[in-house]
Amino acid sequence: MSSEKGIWKVIGASSVGTLIEWYDFYIFGSLATIISEKFFPSGNPTAAFLATLATFAAGFIVRPFGALFFGRLGDIIGRKHTFLLTLVIMGGSTFLIGCIPSYENFHLAPYLILLLRLLQGLALGGEYGGAATYVAEHAPLHKRGFYTSWIQTTATLGLFVSLIVIITVQKNLSKEAFNDWGWRLPFLLSIVLVLVSILIRMKMNESPLFAKLKSEGKTSVNPLKESFGNKTNLKMVLLALFGATMGQGVVWYTGQFYAQTFLLKTCGLEPTQTNTWLGIALLLATPFFVVFGWLSDKIGRKAIMLTGMLLAVVCYRPIFTAMYNMSDVAQKVEVQSAIDIVKKINPENANDSIIIKTTTASYTDGSALTQVDKYTQETKKPDNLRLMESKKSLILDDSYQWKLIALVFALVFFVTMVYGPIAAFLVELFPTKIRYTSMSLPYHIGNGVFGGLVPFIATLITVSSGKDYLNGLWYPIGVAAVCFVIGLLYLTNKEDEDVSDNENQYIHETPKN
Amino acid sequence: MMNTIKKYLGLVWIIIAIGAIVLLIKTALENIQADGKLEINQPMPWIIIISIFTPIAIGMALFGYYALKDEYKLDD
Repeated sequence: MSSEKGIWKVIGASSVGTLIEWYDFYIFGSLATIISEKFFPSGNPTAAFLATLATFAAGFIVRPFGALFFGRLGDIIGRKHTFLLTLVIMGGSTFLIGCIPSYENFHLAPYLILLLRLLQGLALGGEYGGAATYVAEHAPLHKRGFYTSWIQTTATLGLFVSLIVIITVQKNLSKEAFNDWGWRLPFLLSIVLVLVSILIRMKMNESPLFAKLKSEGKTSVNPLKESFGNKTNLKMVLLALFGATMGQGVVWYTGQFYAQTFLLKTCGLEPTQTNTWLGIALLLATPFFVVFGWLSDKIGRKAIMLTGMLLAVVCYRPIFTAMYNMSDVAQKVEVQSAIDIVKKINPENANDSIIIKTTTASYTDGSALTQVDKYTQETKKPDNLRLMESKKSLILDDSYQWKLIALVFALVFFVTMVYGPIAAFLVELFPTKIRYTSMSLPYHIGNGVFGGLVPFIATLITVSSGKDYLNGLWYPIGVAAVCFVIGLLYLTNKEDEDVSDNENQYIHETPKN
Repeated sequence: MMNTIKKYLGLVWIIIAIGAIVLLIKTALENIQADGKLEINQPMPWIIIISIFTPIAIGMALFGYYALKDEYKLDD
């Protein structure tokens, strides 16, 4: 194992690269609206189809395939070269997205964007397993949870960096310049970040455990077959997925992403204020990834992860109810209100009119509401008003700030409990020769599929079950609850003291062949 | 005692796996309509979701099967 100084170099090199990969992955999501305008024009069914594929496929289908492809490679040629490759693919794809001319000048652009987005998903699927394995295989005994937890902070920090870069570019350019060409800068910047990270990673040595295995000629010839064709290992892969990563994925996605969607769309809160408060909550909670990684070395991974899941199951509804109540104007006392109505000809149909009704209201608690409802009105039937769009933007009084931050902090705190120790947990579950492959797949199915589907399935449940705004939460609650029961019964809390395969590598269960 | 619970819960995991995929397909068929609810009436997301969840459900059924066969029994 590495010296104390050496391990920090390993963590730094691994974490910076993983953080950059998350940055690359997130900027596409953060700039989705503008990308859609530039590359997937509305009214074009093929472009809409490709846009759907780009959104869904990269997150759900491709990530597990990336885990399999790069996991296999990492178990055959080594961790270092594989996660260098994922970095090059991710950085190169991101840079090229920033270079592609828009649809109006280049009609093949949507296809190229889809291809590059799929490459991003593949690279992300391969990156995490490599970084976590690489750090864990350098880490000393009883500190594996602590050291690998630094990798766990990168997903949150990558989101931060992407937002900071985008906001900085927006602030330094006019709105027109940003919409015209400025949105490309965060993509182009990626190449610089990736080059720096590649230089750092190039100087690192191969993982000592893998290097030893390779020098002894004991590396796996067919990691996929050994991971999933071997019953003993397959049982562990299934256990990792259904007893840990499935619940971890939904808790992670609900805390870090669905909460934001809920506050902005369901509660109709004003974006700048909400994102600032969310950012504060995320920053305050982020150190707990490391705290729980460290604690997992003392009291075990299982206890912490399952406590996080249970807290999520029990607290989600009360927390989301409290957030909704803060924004519910029906529960507030109105001080004054004004209604402004503008009527104009519908540009899409000259026979109809568009009526824009803007309602502004202020309340005794200091909150201020602006609601814009857009209707169409047929000339022949003026009483026939059809609501086309309704946008609510509620600015909360500053007295709500710390209450809302506390609620979001609690959600992210649960995330840190389930996510902080997961890398060490997965690494310890599998033997060195097939570790990269075996741990990557359950991780990316848990996070990419179960976690990534939270918005869609939550919307599905909410839309199809009536008007209860909290119904969508039954998906993450249900998945986390099943995962909690499986984890509680089938996992043990023992730490695998030796990840170098010298002894019982299946410490979590005694396999029966 | 714990091993017995783990064993028989295997049946529950198999039922959940089959039930989840049946429910997903049924819900998709109900919602994919041109005049359906806007957020969930497009076929493509459903096709992707069902395609990716089917092997996962098979995996869960397999997990349940292994549990039922005492494969996750912990030695005392």
